[in-house]
Amino acid sequence: MTRISIDPITRLEGHGKIEIFLDNSGNVENCYFQVPELRGFEVFCLGRPAEEMPRLTNRICGVCPEAHHMAAAKALDALYNVEVPPAGKKLRELLYMAFYVTDHTTHFYALGGPDFVVGPDAPKAERNILGVIAKVGLEIGGQVIATRKRNHQVIEMIGGRTIHPVSALPGGMSHPITEEQRQEIIEIARQNVEFAQFTIGIVNDIVLANQDYVDLIVSDGYTQQTYYMGLVDENNHVNFYDGKVRVVGPDGVEHCKYAPEEYTEYVAEHVEPWSYLKFPYLKKVGWKGFVDGKDSGVYCATPLSRLNAADGMATPLAQAEYERFYETLGGKPVHHTLATHWARCIELLYAAEHMLELAEDPEVADPTVRALPTEIPTEGVGIVEAPRGTLTHHYVTDENGILTNVNLIVGTTNNNAPIFMSIKDAATAVIKNGEVSDGALNMVEMAFRSYDPCLSCATHSLPGQMPLEMVVRNADGEVTHHLSQYVDECLLDQLD
Amino acid sequence: MSKPKLALYWASSCGGCEIAVLGLHEKILDVAEAFDIVFWPCVMDFKYEDVEAMEDGEIDVCLFNGAIRNDENAHLAHLLRRKSKVMVAFGSCAFGGSMPGLANFNDREQMFNYIYHDSPSTDNPDGIVPQQRTDMPEGELVLPNFWNTVKTLAQVVPVDYYLPGCPPEASSIETAVTAIVSGELPPPGSVIGPDITVCDECPREKHEKKISRFYRPQEIIPDPDTCLLEQGLFCAGIATRSGCGARCPQVGVGCRGCYGPNEGVYDHGAKIMTGIASVLDADTPEEVEAILDTLPDPAGYFYRFHMPDSLLRRTARTNGKKLLASEQVAASEL
Repeated sequence: MTRISIDPITRLEGHGKIEIFLDNSGNVENCYFQVPELRGFEVFCLGRPAEEMPRLTNRICGVCPEAHHMAAAKALDALYNVEVPPAGKKLRELLYMAFYVTDHTTHFYALGGPDFVVGPDAPKAERNILGVIAKVGLEIGGQVIATRKRNHQVIEMIGGRTIHPVSALPGGMSHPITEEQRQEIIEIARQNVEFAQFTIGIVNDIVLANQDYVDLIVSDGYTQQTYYMGLVDENNHVNFYDGKVRVVGPDGVEHCKYAPEEYTEYVAEHVEPWSYLKFPYLKKVGWKGFVDGKDSGVYCATPLSRLNAADGMATPLAQAEYERFYETLGGKPVHHTLATHWARCIELLYAAEHMLELAEDPEVADPTVRALPTEIPTEGVGIVEAPRGTLTHHYVTDENGILTNVNLIVGTTNNNAPIFMSIKDAATAVIKNGEVSDGALNMVEMAFRSYDPCLSCATHSLPGQMPLEMVVRNADGEVTHHLSQYVDECLLDQLD
Repeated sequence: MSKPKLALYWASSCGGCEIAVLGLHEKILDVAEAFDIVFWPCVMDFKYEDVEAMEDGEIDVCLFNGAIRNDENAHLAHLLRRKSKVMVAFGSCAFGGSMPGLANFNDREQMFNYIYHDSPSTDNPDGIVPQQRTDMPEGELVLPNFWNTVKTLAQVVPVDYYLPGCPPEASSIETAVTAIVSGELPPPGSVIGPDITVCDECPREKHEKKISRFYRPQEIIPDPDTCLLEQGLFCAGIATRSGCGARCPQVGVGCRGCYGPNEGVYDHGAKIMTGIASVLDADTPEEVEAILDTLPDPAGYFYRFHMPDSLLRRTARTNGKKLLASEQVAASEL
């Protein structure tokens, strides 16, 4: 039997690794997606004061520390049963929207978007941010850097630091913003809305105007029918910061809608001996292995999932795009993983619009940003939507607020099983009778990338390509072939 | 003259150090201009084999972030050390172990038991635990060995310089890059950055400190202009190196020590402890104890960023049993 190892040399809270096994005729027999990294926050946080969690758990991920900071803060509000004053809540959301704008912008322009904008069939060397610049115009590179920079200023203004913010506490925030700062943020948010509309324009003019692209998006190779998860507000509109978790089935019908504290009734995690990362699934459907469909508890939690799980967007421009999204792609739910990139742009527009709404509200600069808890802490669950999936923090403490139990289900973890399945589909499609086709790495990488797994570096990679590497070994373990993402020619030899 | 060769690598870390480098924004282009970047797996396509093929000492400077917590991390640390003239421990994890280093208060078995059996959402009736080697019908799958103990970079290979911070602020990174480019580096073994404390940079008003009790952040809303420690909020700024601009106390939350100790301090936690002890309003051991009772989890506060490189290194309990001193060294190698 032949074994193919793909070491992405990138991070998925560690370094992901793909093992593909071929049968004697050279077709894919099975495939494994392993996460060889573990750090154990759930254990070493035990015995620590719960209020430290927003500053401890943001170190889980340097790409989305804001998500952990917010989920932790919300879990603490619940733990202490304290109501955050309106300005405190709005400040948190304002910071969070600025974060979403930077994160989704980076992913669309530098990482995932190039497949979509430059075209998945374009030469690899062009499918990066430079290719986007070539297609869209030189100034776009500067705009991406400027967008990141101005939103990082907002994160630092409210959160205290650009990376690993510190200001969320039980019951609110550590400090207010001034009226002057609010005006500054309004200006930044306006620029964000313009930038997001410009981004949607790219989707329209370059992607949707091209029937070949649309055909590819809806092709079978990038289709997977699973359950979809996302946080929704009281109108079932997408919400990143607050609300209930809604799950719809592959048929689009609501499977459940749960409050954060009910999560253990609906979600469970499966363990495999060959990966340090667990595999979450819907408890009421059950773990049926790495398969899709209505009888399998596997679910996705991505921008596409959030749109599928909701009934609409809470802001007007994003809502109009939401409607067009489903009209164009044949109704709800959409199962085409490549459409995730478009969904991400719709979320970018929502984040920018909502950021402007929040900044325009004078109350966000009100000095009362925190309420002191008065109740004895017991147990609390906080859920936010991280860009890469629903993020759950669950704390139990003694009467002094010292942690006795911590459970975390992190964004990308939700998608552990679907990522594995997408990779297997892609590998099966491109490896036939011992031949590894030119598109092999490409397909596998695109399958992987539409999830925007928290490969924290890859998501902020300048060349915009994951440095994927595929090593093919024979039965004796000797390397017979070496394929690399960046090598355009040669090395794409056939398997022996 | 050819440009100096630069390598960047992450081991067990969160990715924040990499984002911090990209946080230089347009200045990142200056770095790309000044150096020939020969290895940066997160951004550019260079592979392990490319590094292995280099001459020893061919890389001028390696910026290494992340702690060492499994065999793969250690392998890359040794490889890059051999190939690099100057090795920089970049960020708190490589320097002192940082937050993931708090895992040295626990052991591997505790972690596996909790994460794969006892956590409230885990469903594992067969008691499966990840294995280094798993025989599947198609062949064997391998995971790197997860160590019992988190180590710092300097505990695995010799380190020339340290750049503190979780993550290092852009200004600290610029200082380091400028020093490297100009060749005006401090003596080997130095921490790059000013030897001042967070207190020195903190604009809050300071008076004589006499603390009669500690408050937890959710217990009081502090005065916005007065020293947080004076108001009873734990702040490690008195015994922590600055360079960060005292950002945390400026937004009303205490320093937790991410820039590590000042010059000449071997054990950051012990230094914070001494600093705190010196401001307690107590005359008797009983009074000291009463005040410290209001500060929960001192170990987690004092050793937040520097447990693995402290005198303690880790707790002496493994697998629920107390170890003899002679066994501890062996245990830490696991």
